Amino acid sequence: MTRPPVRPPRKNPILRTRLPTLPPAARSRVALGLTAAAARGRFELQVCRDCGTVQYPPREACRACLSPRLDWRVQDGNGELVAETTLRHSHELFFRERMPWRLGLIKLDSGPLVVAHLHGDCGSPPARVRVRAHLDRAGQAALLALPDKDTPHMADDRELRELTCDPKFRKVLVTDAKTPLGQALVEGLAGAGADLVWAGAAEPWKKPPGFERVKALPQVAIVPLDLTDSRAVKELAGEIGGRVDILINNADHHRNFGIAARDGVETARAEMDINYFGLLRLAQEFAPAMRARGADGPSSAVAWVNVLSVFALSNFPPHGTYSASKAAALSLSQCLRAELAPAGVRVINVFPGPIDDEWNQTLPPPKIAPARLAADIVTALRGGAEDVFPGDVAQDWLERWRDNPKALERELAAMPKQ
Amino acid sequence: MSDTVLSRLLAELAGGRIRVVDLTQTLSSDFPQIVLPPEMGQAWPFRIEEASRYDARGPGWYWNNFSCSEHTGTHFDAPIHWISGRHLPDNSTDTIAVEKFVAPACVFDCSREAAADADFLLTVDFLRQWERRHGRIAAGSWVLMRTDWSKRTDPAAYQNIDETGQHTPGPDTDAVRFLIEERRVLGFGSEAIGTDAGQAFHLKPPYPCHYYMHGSGRFGLQCLTNLHLLPPVGSVIIAAPLKIKEGSGSPLRVLALVPQSLPAPGMSRATRKKSKTNGMRKRRR
Repeated sequence: MTRPPVRPPRKNPILRTRLPTLPPAARSRVALGLTAAAARGRFELQVCRDCGTVQYPPREACRACLSPRLDWRVQDGNGELVAETTLRHSHELFFRERMPWRLGLIKLDSGPLVVAHLHGDCGSPPARVRVRAHLDRAGQAALLALPDKDTPHMADDRELRELTCDPKFRKVLVTDAKTPLGQALVEGLAGAGADLVWAGAAEPWKKPPGFERVKALPQVAIVPLDLTDSRAVKELAGEIGGRVDILINNADHHRNFGIAARDGVETARAEMDINYFGLLRLAQEFAPAMRARGADGPSSAVAWVNVLSVFALSNFPPHGTYSASKAAALSLSQCLRAELAPAGVRVINVFPGPIDDEWNQTLPPPKIAPARLAADIVTALRGGAEDVFPGDVAQDWLERWRDNPKALERELAAMPKQ
Repeated sequence: MSDTVLSRLLAELAGGRIRVVDLTQTLSSDFPQIVLPPEMGQAWPFRIEEASRYDARGPGWYWNNFSCSEHTGTHFDAPIHWISGRHLPDNSTDTIAVEKFVAPACVFDCSREAAADADFLLTVDFLRQWERRHGRIAAGSWVLMRTDWSKRTDPAAYQNIDETGQHTPGPDTDAVRFLIEERRVLGFGSEAIGTDAGQAFHLKPPYPCHYYMHGSGRFGLQCLTNLHLLPPVGSVIIAAPLKIKEGSGSPLRVLALVPQSLPAPGMSRATRKKSKTNGMRKRRR
């Protein structure tokens, strides 16, 4: 059984902060199919279109009939643990630093035999297990076998925690705690066991409803943060940057205009200033310290979350300039992801559909409630994905976009103006 | 230098018999900007980005690029700022006659009233009482409403916004019209974020100080500070906005020349006593 979580001891300040090491990251292009699915929180394997064989590891052709017509299909991951071993020696620095390490051989019900990291609560073989694909610290898919049924304190398993960014015992910065989403995030993180939540607040003279309640939470510290203000971002990074384990950038400027509906560029510029340049300012000031703390003990720097929008994938003309700013932020987040990768810090992009807030007032439902979105973000931190599409609208758009981006562009252009 | 008015002025300045008082708030990103409903066009707050600081971006020099609204920080309002002044001649920062940028000032001390009531409105009655003590307001003067609002260094207290909007002092409609029609002042200056009161949207007309002052070719100065260092009369204001083409206003450095023979109320015994009691004494009649 996983032991109940214990607060990690304080850092010994006379010891050097260790540098992050990563699990092996090299993958063939075809093997990246596993990563592409894991990035969205799915476990997919190649399935032969001709003979139906499910295969692992990924290959260029079907191992049964040599057909090149292979489709990536979602797997339920159920199977039987047939053998296990505990690694006590490795030439890979990442595993060397984490010995002993338990591995298992699992016969999936769908056919293939896979090697997976083994959760501590998995019984000895033979035992039923659930295999999941998580991104590891190198940002590549790794298979993990979980026990057949959930166990107490399951999330605190040592091997699992290496594959997740659990906020428990970690210190989190939420860049805009004043919005309904920001408030729900702060409360959700406090509820998830975060040690400390820095709640960013711009324009101290504006006091939105509900903010006082958030301020009163014992884990919460209000910090002045306006992403349009480079000096303020730098100052805050100087004060707390070396302690931020998880940064959640939910600051957002959203107005609903296309090109023709608003004269001038002021609104579009304000959107870019927060949604794009705000991310850039944050990344310049906070990422360096996080890069340095990728292996800073059990509560190291682990994740950077950007709340983007499904509009980042394809422009929603009634909110055209907003969509463009989110597309810019998406592009920049890929740069940030590449720069944080050597430290094992995961960049999680969240692509919600319309949030049920003031700026989507006239959009018809379904719209995702801020509290639901916040809960999904906390869940994402406990999971193994880096691209998260919470809610039905986002899922629908994602599937349409993956299926045929040009068709989605036409469909969005044809949507009635709200 | 021969003995001229200017040489005597310089001598007075050098001898400290005329003080130069800075009436300007520091331009910084912490200073609040005017709040409008979020769907409207907004005034940019002051923001600054480093271009280089003796580093790889510019090895021998330090400089910044800054951005702000024409109406950020301590700033000047030109008549073209308001719809009532849009058709006046020479109504923008680049066309206003430069002679108007140097002018005498009358300072109305409303600090007690503003401390007791954030929504305090300056009235004609108040102005007539002021004139009984300090003399008639001279035509062409800046009239400056001292409220000590600039001493509210906490931005939230300075903005003083609640669910019903902003609560800051300003003039009422009749006072504005009196200053324009009967005293022909140059413009109106305030310590708060607008020349109009925070609740002036509900006056008739909305924002009377903007409406009438700019509609009659007069100016505004906002976010002033250090008005407590000025005498009620006798100081001279130097307030020249940036020469922005068709500018509706501009941030600027506002200076006051204050003869030392005239004691500033900030230096008087009465004021020292008042500050000890935190401005909570009974209203002065």
